Amino acid sequence: MATDDKSTPIEKHPTPMLDELEGGPWPSFVTGLKRLRDTEGAQYAPMMNDLLGQLEHSYENKKGYWKGGVVSVYKYGGGIIPRFSEVAEKYPESKEFHTLRVMPPPGNHYDSKTMRALCDVWEKTGSGLIAFHGQTGNIMFQGATTENTQKAFDELNEIGFDLGGAGPCLRTAMSCVGASRCEMSCFDEQRAHIDIINEYVGEIHRPALPYKIKFKFSGCPNDCVNAIHRADFAVIGTWRDDMKVNQDEVKAYVEKVGRKYMIDSVITNCPTRALSLNDDNTLEVDNKSCVRCMHCLNVMPKALSPGDDKGITILIGGKRSLKVGDLMGTVIVPFMKLDTDEDFEKLTEFAGEVIEFFGDNALEHERVGETIDRIGLPAFLEAMEIDPDPNMVNHPRTSSYVRTDDFDEEAAKYFERQAKKAGLTVAAE
Amino acid sequence: MSQATEMRKPIESGVPEPKQFMHPVMVKNFGAWDWHERPRPGVLHHRAKSGDDIWTVRAGTQRQMDLYTLRLLCDIADEFADGHFRFTTRSNIEYMVADEAKVQPLIDKLLKEGFPVGGTGNSISMISHTQGWLHCDIPGTDASGVVKSLMDRMHEEFIREEMPNRVRITTSCCQINCGGQGDIAINVQYTKPPKIDHNLVANQCERPSVVARCPVAAIRPAMVNGKPSLEVDEKKCICCGACYPPCPPMQINGEDSTKIAIWVGGKHSNARTKPTFHKLVIANLPNNPPRWPEVEEKVMMILKAYKENARDWERVGEWIERIGWPRFFEITGLAFTKHHLDTWTGARHQMNHSTHIRF
Repeated sequence: MATDDKSTPIEKHPTPMLDELEGGPWPSFVTGLKRLRDTEGAQYAPMMNDLLGQLEHSYENKKGYWKGGVVSVYKYGGGIIPRFSEVAEKYPESKEFHTLRVMPPPGNHYDSKTMRALCDVWEKTGSGLIAFHGQTGNIMFQGATTENTQKAFDELNEIGFDLGGAGPCLRTAMSCVGASRCEMSCFDEQRAHIDIINEYVGEIHRPALPYKIKFKFSGCPNDCVNAIHRADFAVIGTWRDDMKVNQDEVKAYVEKVGRKYMIDSVITNCPTRALSLNDDNTLEVDNKSCVRCMHCLNVMPKALSPGDDKGITILIGGKRSLKVGDLMGTVIVPFMKLDTDEDFEKLTEFAGEVIEFFGDNALEHERVGETIDRIGLPAFLEAMEIDPDPNMVNHPRTSSYVRTDDFDEEAAKYFERQAKKAGLTVAAE
Repeated sequence: MSQATEMRKPIESGVPEPKQFMHPVMVKNFGAWDWHERPRPGVLHHRAKSGDDIWTVRAGTQRQMDLYTLRLLCDIADEFADGHFRFTTRSNIEYMVADEAKVQPLIDKLLKEGFPVGGTGNSISMISHTQGWLHCDIPGTDASGVVKSLMDRMHEEFIREEMPNRVRITTSCCQINCGGQGDIAINVQYTKPPKIDHNLVANQCERPSVVARCPVAAIRPAMVNGKPSLEVDEKKCICCGACYPPCPPMQINGEDSTKIAIWVGGKHSNARTKPTFHKLVIANLPNNPPRWPEVEEKVMMILKAYKENARDWERVGEWIERIGWPRFFEITGLAFTKHHLDTWTGARHQMNHSTHIRF
């Protein structure tokens, strides 16, 4: 891969190790970086030459050479990931290589006109390198100088894009493709996402929370945006009534794959033994036991569909390792309707209450799941004015170390709630 | 001051409305889809309740894209896909077309331009990954390089749907695990406590927050050579690197200390079993750029064992649940050590409290 030097304006750093990442059938990011370096007359060419030089240096020494710092745009405190090179004397053109985190539309939809406009901004103000998308869900415009950071933001902002979160603040959210193309979708993910994030967008732009807080929206329990694992506040679509069964399609499927495969792969894979295959190849479903795991719907999407009484489950407290280890979200709201304007307002309001609770009660650098662990779920529920529900647990407590002198009062409240629920249902009918 | 008044005020527009970018058939049938099928790997066919159809062609990208690549993807959208596209959670691009006749030319064009078509159904999709040496301030390795190397090797499984179930792989450049949970996770695991430059700590680090950051309370303030600094109880230290971002003089990565571990059995979906975390199977693999051959070899071996032994629809973790961990270590020929016994909070819940033993 030796480059023949025909008096090019920049002296290219040799990149023998990176060059090895250009072969093979998968698209190569190295080839992309080199294209930017080799774009004649491009303002970013010298920067990308030194970036490649530093990256090769990392490959040789097996070390990273970026330091953080403080860079922001006018009126905002977050959204920029500052990067200053620790080896700037060797690679001066890429000594400042900041990332602008920009919020994509929910579901990551684009059209070519908009994408070209994004590219044109970055052609003038950045490195020419953009990641679709980062793990939090941002479009990452990687590589702006401190001076150009404001220019790049101003232009991106003018064409309808805004910075995402970085630092101790509300973060950029993520949604699956959902209702725009998926029959499993149980709510309007795009609306929930936009309603919540845009209501509290100030919490993104001016970091003032103990640590980060993330929202993710998955249209069904397949959870394609990994909300339970990755979000402090996971909104997941589900349904309350019976799943829909098209028995003709069930029969057609059984005829295609055979009874043995149907039993081994669908019936016995049901986690709550809620399925039974009838002698005539129709399907019997015990909907009271079904936990909406999605397996049978995934295998037979033509035959089985979610029910009509759709809504969401909310789980709170998921996060990655720092500081106490990975945590998953815990069910806090087992079911909530999300159809009317009032439903969406209620969700947005609840999200606000959780953000406020987090801001008021979390210790520095503590995620809300860690706060809940520290104070106990009952204290969190009390703060949120949510009643305990057996859907929140795998099983009731096994430890006897608990003070229960108000058990009778708590039990009375439970029966009162149950009666009210039953009464409301009767009245509605 | 005068300069500040001239600054442009931001428009706090927040999240953009996606419908302005979506394919008109998707806008029209929003929330009213009926079913889908996969006519071939890399292609989804969705039928709306209205009877409308849309075909999606999915292709792999390098995630970190240069302007040429992005504009090429736009050209492809304009010529073959009515100008619309989206990206999946795992950085695959998806083009949607309302006319089935456009599917094959679109596939041909993507393949011609070097974008593998696949990643649907029971395939190995693109690896979700972190920034690494290209941009992170605390990376032990270069996720982009690891991913490129592995996707080259796993390409045949990306373009087919021949695995028992979908395989979701992740990489992370340190134990913080920003890459997330995966059927297989390839993560940096530091093996040595931080090396402290005591001359720099007082000036660069806010010492109380560094002390507070440590998950095992192994860091305490100390005077070293007459200067305020920090010291680490190396017996307690778990080498996680959490102290390094707030205090760069506590150098965690280095040739002797940056190793790679492989974890298996993480799962996001609620399908069949509840979501699970991945579990450690191998540590201490060399961090060996530019192609990480030792890591590749182990990942390919685990994938082969899974493909040959798992039943249809079992994810990696579910397969191991059925056959048991002893059999997993036997089939893969990997070592089971004291390091596989968790010692963190709640670890006892992970032990076998029964006589359920497979012989």
